[in-house]
Amino acid sequence: MPQIIGVPKETAAGEKRVATVPEVVEKLIKLGFQVKVQSGAGDAASISDDAYRAAGAEVVADAAALWDGADIVFKVRPPDDAEVALMREGGTLIGFVWPAQNPGLMEQLAARKATVLAIDSLPRQLSRAQKMDALTSMAGVSGYRAVIEAANAFGRFFNGQITAAGKVPPATVFIAGAGVAGLAAIGTAANLGAIVRANDTRAEVADQVASLGGEFVKVDYEEEGSGGGGYAKVMSEGFQQAQREMYARQAREADIIITTALIPGKPAPKLITAEMVRSMKPGSVIVDMAAEQGGNCELTEPGEAVVKHGVTIIGYTDLASRLAKQSSTLYSNNLLRVAEELCKNKDGAITVNMDDDAIRGLTVIKDGEVTWPAPPIKMPAPPPKPRAAAPAPAATKGHGHGGGAPMSARGLAIVFGLGALAFLLVGLYAPASFLAHFTVFVLACFIGYMVIWNVTPSLHTPLMSVTNAISSIIAIGALIQIAPPLTGTGADRPSTLILGMAVFALALTAINMFGGFAVTRRMLAMFRK
Amino acid sequence: MTSSLATVSYIAATILFILSLGGLSHPETARRGNLFGIIGMTIAVLATVFGPRVTPAGYAWIVGALVIGGSIGLVAAKKVQMTQMPELVALMHSLVGLAACLVGFASYVDTSTVFPTAAEKTIHEMEIYVGILIGAITFSGSVIAFGKLSARISGKPLLLPARHWLNLIGLLVVIWFGREFLNAHSIEAGMTPLIVMTVIALLFGVHMVMAIGGADMPVVVSMLNSYSGWAAAATGFMLSNDLLIVVGALVGSSGAILSYIMCRAMNRNFISVIAGGFGTGGGAPAAGGGAQPAGEVQSISAVETAEMLRDARNVIIVPGYGMAVAQAQHAVYEITKLLRERGVNVRFGIHPVAGRMPGHMNVLLAEAKVPYDIVLEMDEINEDFPDTDVSIVIGANDIVNPAAQDDPASPIAGMPVLEVWKAKTCIVMKRSMASGYAGIDNPLFYKENNRMLFGDAKKMLDEVLAAISGG
Repeated sequence: MPQIIGVPKETAAGEKRVATVPEVVEKLIKLGFQVKVQSGAGDAASISDDAYRAAGAEVVADAAALWDGADIVFKVRPPDDAEVALMREGGTLIGFVWPAQNPGLMEQLAARKATVLAIDSLPRQLSRAQKMDALTSMAGVSGYRAVIEAANAFGRFFNGQITAAGKVPPATVFIAGAGVAGLAAIGTAANLGAIVRANDTRAEVADQVASLGGEFVKVDYEEEGSGGGGYAKVMSEGFQQAQREMYARQAREADIIITTALIPGKPAPKLITAEMVRSMKPGSVIVDMAAEQGGNCELTEPGEAVVKHGVTIIGYTDLASRLAKQSSTLYSNNLLRVAEELCKNKDGAITVNMDDDAIRGLTVIKDGEVTWPAPPIKMPAPPPKPRAAAPAPAATKGHGHGGGAPMSARGLAIVFGLGALAFLLVGLYAPASFLAHFTVFVLACFIGYMVIWNVTPSLHTPLMSVTNAISSIIAIGALIQIAPPLTGTGADRPSTLILGMAVFALALTAINMFGGFAVTRRMLAMFRK
Repeated sequence: MTSSLATVSYIAATILFILSLGGLSHPETARRGNLFGIIGMTIAVLATVFGPRVTPAGYAWIVGALVIGGSIGLVAAKKVQMTQMPELVALMHSLVGLAACLVGFASYVDTSTVFPTAAEKTIHEMEIYVGILIGAITFSGSVIAFGKLSARISGKPLLLPARHWLNLIGLLVVIWFGREFLNAHSIEAGMTPLIVMTVIALLFGVHMVMAIGGADMPVVVSMLNSYSGWAAAATGFMLSNDLLIVVGALVGSSGAILSYIMCRAMNRNFISVIAGGFGTGGGAPAAGGGAQPAGEVQSISAVETAEMLRDARNVIIVPGYGMAVAQAQHAVYEITKLLRERGVNVRFGIHPVAGRMPGHMNVLLAEAKVPYDIVLEMDEINEDFPDTDVSIVIGANDIVNPAAQDDPASPIAGMPVLEVWKAKTCIVMKRSMASGYAGIDNPLFYKENNRMLFGDAKKMLDEVLAAISGG
C-alpha cells in the first residue's frame, strides 16, 4: 500500500509558494507514492489544478480532507494551529519548522505523535545534504529578487551606456554579506551591468565574490570571522569600528546597498546607521534582506518599503515568495531529494533512518518524541593535502612536440659513452661494405625520429597501419630470392626450397602491402572536418 | 633495367615513404601521404622485379603471389570493422615477422651468394641470425596480441613464476647458439642452432605478450609495430639492400616513439610494461594500494541524462574501450549532432591510451563521422573541464581516475588523466561498478557531482538519444 503525500495550500498571509510542483509530482509517483494536492494550492504560483491532475496527482477540495487523507504532508511554512489540529495522528510532516523559534508548535506536533522533518534543521555541512538544502535554494532566489526589487525602485540604468542622448554611468551596488543570498545578488547585479562591491567577515569568500564579477572590499583590520557551519560570528570591537568606517565610505559612494548579514540565533547586526542613510545620494536604494531578524539598517521597517532621507529602504520579508514559481520549483526539488533519501527502495513507503546523519539532523520529532537538537555530526577529518609535487610531473609535457624533457647531464653522458663505444667497435671490426649500410641505417633512424614526432596523435592508428603497409617492403627480400640470375658458384643451390619460401613470403607481404594501404585509405577517408 | 637505375628508383621510393609518414602530421595531408606510400611501394616493387636481380623466369610466380596475397589483403581491409582495427594491425605485424623469418631462412640456405672475406660472411650470418630472431618474436608476439585483442585469449596477464629468469635463460641460450651458428662450417651444421633459436624466439614472443595486461595493449601493439620495422631493417642488412634498411628504420623508430608516447601517457616506463602485469612492477598489491574512496554512488536515468544534456552549454565526451566494445560510436555521433544543432558545444577528450591501440578512439569517432576538429587531445582539453557543464564518460575508467592525481599510494599515481570531475556534473556510463584494467577502485564514482548511468553503453545512449530528440 503506497503512502500518500499531501500538499496543502499555504495558509500564511501573502505566501505564494507551494511545496510541490507538477514535475516533482511525477517523480514522486515514480518513487511509488500517491500524491494529493489541495485545490488551488498552486494558484498563487501560477500552477493550475489541471496541471497537477495531468501530472498524476489527485486534487482534493479542501484542507480538512487533504490532511486527513495524507500520510506525509509537504509544506513550505510551519503549520499554524488549525493545520496542526487537522493533522492525522502519527503522520509525517516535512517543511520549514524553525524549532528554536517555535517551541509551542513543537509541543503541539509532538502531542499529535507526529514525525517531523524540519528542512531548516538540515546539517548543511554534509556535502551530500546540498541537494536537500532548501535554505540555500530559497536564499538564492531571495538574492536575485532583492536586486530586482532594487532595480525597480532605482531611477536609473544598472549598466553604463554611451548613447546619442548622453553618457550614463553604471550603478554602483554594494552588497554586505556574501552568503548564498549575497552571492546570488552579486551575480544578478553584475549581470545587469552594475559595478558590484561586496564585503563579508569571512575572508575566504573573496574568491567567490570575484568569480561572480564582484569586487571584494576588505575591512582594514586583521581578524578571521568564520564561525561554525559556514556562518559568520560576532566580531571584536576594533574590527567593528573599522567595519563601520568602511560601510560609511561605501554608503557615500554606492547607489544601491543590499544587506544580507545574519548571525544564527542573534538579531541581525546593525550595519547601516541612520547617519549613513543620510549620507547616501538621493534616489538610492537599500534592500535589507535581514529585515525579518530586525534588519541590518536602523531605519528598516520589516515587510515594508519606505522612503527616508530620499533613500528607498526595502524591508520585504517575503522575497522568495515574490518569485513564487521559481522558488516553488526549487523547494519542491529539495523535498523530492528528501523523499528519495527516505524511500531508498522506491516502494512508496518512507523509513526514517536515524543512523543517517542527514536524516538525523532533519528529524526534529520522531513518533511524537522531540529529537531536536540533533547531536553535532562528527565530520571526518579533512583528507590530508596531497603531498606536494609528487603526482604527475610528467603530465605537463606537451604531446608530439619533441622528445619531452631533456635528459640529465649524467644520463646524456652515459648514452653518448655507450654510443661512442658501439661506434668504436663497429669501426674497428666491421668491413667497409657493412659500414655503408650502417650509415644509412643510423641516418634513417634519425629521419624517422624527426618525422614521427610531428604525427598528430589522432592519426596514430593510421600511422600504424601505414607503417605496417610500408614494412611489407620486406617483399623485396623475397622478390630477389625467387629467380636470381645464377652464376656458376651456386650449383648446389636448393632452388625449389628457396622459391617455395620466397613465394610464400611474398604472398604474406602482399597481404600486408595491399591490405595495409587499403585500410589506411579507408580510415583516412573517414576523417573529416 | 640497369643496377644504377634500380638504385635510383629505390632512392625515389625512400623519399616517397618519408613523405608518406610526414604527411600524417595533419588529417588533410594524410590522404596524400598514403598515396605517396602506395606510389613508393609500386616503384620499389617494379624496380626490383625488372631490376638485375630477378630473371623473367620468376615473373609468373611473382604475379601469382601478389595476386593471391593482394586479394586477401584487399578483402580483409574492406571487411574489417573499425572496432577490430587493433586485431587487424596485430595480425599484419605477424605476417611481416613471418615473412622476415622465411626470407632469413631462404637467404641462409642460398649458396649462390659469395663473400670476398671471412668477416663479411660472419657479418652476413649474424644478420641472418638477428633477422630471424626479431622476425620470430614479432610473429609469435603478434599472433598472441591478435588473440588477446580479439578475445580469443584471456586479456588477463599470465604470469609464470620466475618469468624474468626464464627470459634471461632464453637470452643466454640464444647467444650461445648464436656462437655455435657462426662457428658452423656447413649449412647443415648451422641449421640446428638456427632452428633452436627460432623456437626459443617464438616462445619468448608468446611469453612476452601473454604477460601483458589488457590496458597495456596499446604499448604492445606499437612495440610490435616497431619490431616489424627492425625485422625489415635486419633483412635489409642481410640482403645488402639500403631501401629495406631505411624503411625498416623508419617503421622501427615510428613504433618505438609510439610505444614511448603510450608509456608516458600511463606514467610507466617501458621496461615495467614489458616486464608485464599491471601494478605488480611497483611492488604494492593493486587492490590494497590506494585509500578506499568514501561516499555514495548516485545513479541517474537515461531520461535525466538527456535533460541535463539539453540544458547544458558545454559538454565534453570522454570515450574509452567500452564504447568500442558496445559499438556505440554511431549513437554518440547522433547525440552529438542533435546537441550541436541545439547550439550545445560538444567536444571529445581523448586520452592517449584510450582503447586498445594508439589513436583507436579517433578512428572510431571518425568512422561515425564525428568531425575531427572537435576531437581533442587530453592536453588540449583538460583545462576546459571547469567551464564544462556536463562531462560524459563512456566506458572508460582508469583514464579518468582522480586517484592518479590525489592519491600518491595509488598504483596509477602520476598517470596523466582527464579531469572530468572538474565539470559541473559528470556522468559515467558503465555496465557495473567493476573496476578497470588497473584493478583499482575509482573515487570519481563517489564524487558529489558524479552520476552513474548503468547499462550497456549502446543501449543507454540510444535511450538518451530518443529522450533528447523526443523532448
